[in-house]
Amino acid sequence: MKKDLLGIGDLTRDEIYLVLDTAEAMREIAERPIKKVPTLRGKTVVNLFYEPSTRTRTSFEIAEKRLSADTLNVAVAVSSVQKGETLVDTARNIEAMAPDMIVIRHASSGAPHLLSRVCKSRIINAGDGMHEHPTQALLDAFTIREHKKRIEGLKVTIVGDLLHSRVLRSNVLLLTQLGAEVWVSGPPTLVPVGIERLGVKVSSSVDEAVTDADVIMMLRIQNERMHGAFFPSVREYFNVFGMTEARVRRAKPDVIIMHPGPMNRGVEIASEVADGPYSVILEQVANGVAVRMAVLYLLAGGQEGD
Amino acid sequence: MKRLLKGGRVVDPANGRDGAFDVLIDGDRIARVGRDLPVESGVGVIEIPSGFVVCPGLIDMHVHLREPGQEHKETVATGTAAAVAGGFTAVACMPNTSPVNDHAGVTEYILKKAAEANLARVYPIGAVSRGQKGQELADIAEMREAGCVAFTDDGHPVATAILMRRALEYTRMFDGLIIEHCEEQTLKGDGVAHEGMQASALGLRGIPGEAESIMAQRDIALAELTGGRVHVAHMSARQTLDAVRYGKARGAKVTCEVTPHHFVLTDAMLAAPVPYDTNVKMNPPLRQAEDRDAMLAGLRDGSIDVVATDHAPHHYDEKQVEFDRAPFGITGLETAVSLCFDRLVHAGVVSLARLIELLSVNPARILKVPGGALTEGSPADISILAPDLAVTVKASEMRSRSKNTPFDGWALRGGVAATLVGGRIVYERGTWTSGRS
Repeated sequence: MKKDLLGIGDLTRDEIYLVLDTAEAMREIAERPIKKVPTLRGKTVVNLFYEPSTRTRTSFEIAEKRLSADTLNVAVAVSSVQKGETLVDTARNIEAMAPDMIVIRHASSGAPHLLSRVCKSRIINAGDGMHEHPTQALLDAFTIREHKKRIEGLKVTIVGDLLHSRVLRSNVLLLTQLGAEVWVSGPPTLVPVGIERLGVKVSSSVDEAVTDADVIMMLRIQNERMHGAFFPSVREYFNVFGMTEARVRRAKPDVIIMHPGPMNRGVEIASEVADGPYSVILEQVANGVAVRMAVLYLLAGGQEGD
Repeated sequence: MKRLLKGGRVVDPANGRDGAFDVLIDGDRIARVGRDLPVESGVGVIEIPSGFVVCPGLIDMHVHLREPGQEHKETVATGTAAAVAGGFTAVACMPNTSPVNDHAGVTEYILKKAAEANLARVYPIGAVSRGQKGQELADIAEMREAGCVAFTDDGHPVATAILMRRALEYTRMFDGLIIEHCEEQTLKGDGVAHEGMQASALGLRGIPGEAESIMAQRDIALAELTGGRVHVAHMSARQTLDAVRYGKARGAKVTCEVTPHHFVLTDAMLAAPVPYDTNVKMNPPLRQAEDRDAMLAGLRDGSIDVVATDHAPHHYDEKQVEFDRAPFGITGLETAVSLCFDRLVHAGVVSLARLIELLSVNPARILKVPGGALTEGSPADISILAPDLAVTVKASEMRSRSKNTPFDGWALRGGVAATLVGGRIVYERGTWTSGRS
């Protein structure tokens, strides 16, 4: 493995499978009465979160604690960022206290890359702007593989706000690298220019995109996007792009429905779909801890790379 | 005092000269240009090494000197030191200082600083609108009286079509020039990079080429309506070049410039070698290979009038931040000549004579300032260039106060040997000639 996990592009196909296989072993720890192993004892991990996050931050923190790492959460509201300190200075100050790893969430695309250039600590990207969210894509792949026993050859359809989604970018890179057939669908105003060059099929018809899909992955629609005139109303969005039971029926009978959260019920996804038998949304959350344990272990405690 | 530049290849397209000529300088003026001029007693002879080029002083018509107000980025003194090191004998500086150059007092201040520095000539460019706010015209005629050679709201376009119309009409009384930073602001939005596959993959907000070309089309139409002169600054998109060609074909008074970085680099630089390098963040952004190639074609076929640098110094601290928070802009004065030789002349895109037109003859003509020719009796502003000099760009050694260049470490063929302003040697590279006496 490379020093840092900045994006899916940092991982080879073999390394992706290594993470997924390692996560299988990590998941078993969560089933024990004492959910803790000494693997990262004596290692310090700083969770540097510049954006509000419940799911991802909690998931990383639980993963770190189950591996016995010493963890520290730095949240933007209580840090010196409020006093005008730059990201680089904050990172250097944290680094002066000799952590082993820094997990960063930031609203600016490329912020983890900037950190990587100035820090000796290993950097894990926990979501940067509209760029990548690699551990989300890994946990999604883990969840898919668990249900489908493979990823290669599956039809995976991703629907929603493609333009602003880091989950989309990481998933497209990972799933295409593992040989899935990836379809994306959303209003043309929310499709990134040139995305087809990443090897995906683009359709503005959700019905077409979900037909015979093995996996449907929904992306969150933020209400504030309406002010940018990306689409006329939540009502119209739901009618044209919302995942309803009728649309799910066009997919394969054993389709699974995924969502990285937080969900907007009645906007991108109908409640009966979110809570339906094919929904694996809560499994994704559970798997997130195991996958992040695997990433932490492999970067800090596992096989040392370059 | 008389000096004789002896033995160089004189390239002086305005006077139809390209060949072995000597140039005799008397005081601050060019006294004679001719073949094998006699060495009279009391004349200092500067032997020009074989292969070196003597040409009219280069003029960069688009630089940001940052003074007054942003002296941590650049001053008139450091900016003109960078200029002469880059072979430029004159620069035209943009008005987006603090305060804005929107009245004669600021113009006079800049000229006073330029006189103190006493390096390159400085031609201030005034704001079109008061405070560059796009609402009312700035004191255009008074600024012209004080020394402004053109007007622009650079950094932004002139905000409304009606204000642009008024500016083009008003400046007709002295056949003035409006320089436009073409950008349709709502299409640009909060974009930070060219809208394309690279920006999409990196999660950067995009700026389409049409944000530029739409505004160029507006301005060219208004130039036709008013008979005024408009100059399209730092063109980056192929659609903009098409708009300029169309305007020229119709007889509109439109000219345009391109920067070295827009004919050398593409948005592939966003991802590699350094991902999210803020030294490849500028406005307009680096565009796709098709756009870069269109700029080269425009330089080749004559549609592009000028190469200008858009020298935009920013302090290290300002650039050492997240990509979307960094200011737009890179320095350019000290890399332009090498990039032009390497990528235009040696690559066979333009002839040496055409390069001198792009860097000297045309800027002088468009700004209506002295220079652009080695004419007897005119000021001795002369650049001496070394077309085959092996240059390695070193940001740390640059004269500019800021080092924000994406070209650090580049090996290029061609450079500057010496720069003369008003007959004085204001820059010379090491021991470029041993023949001085």
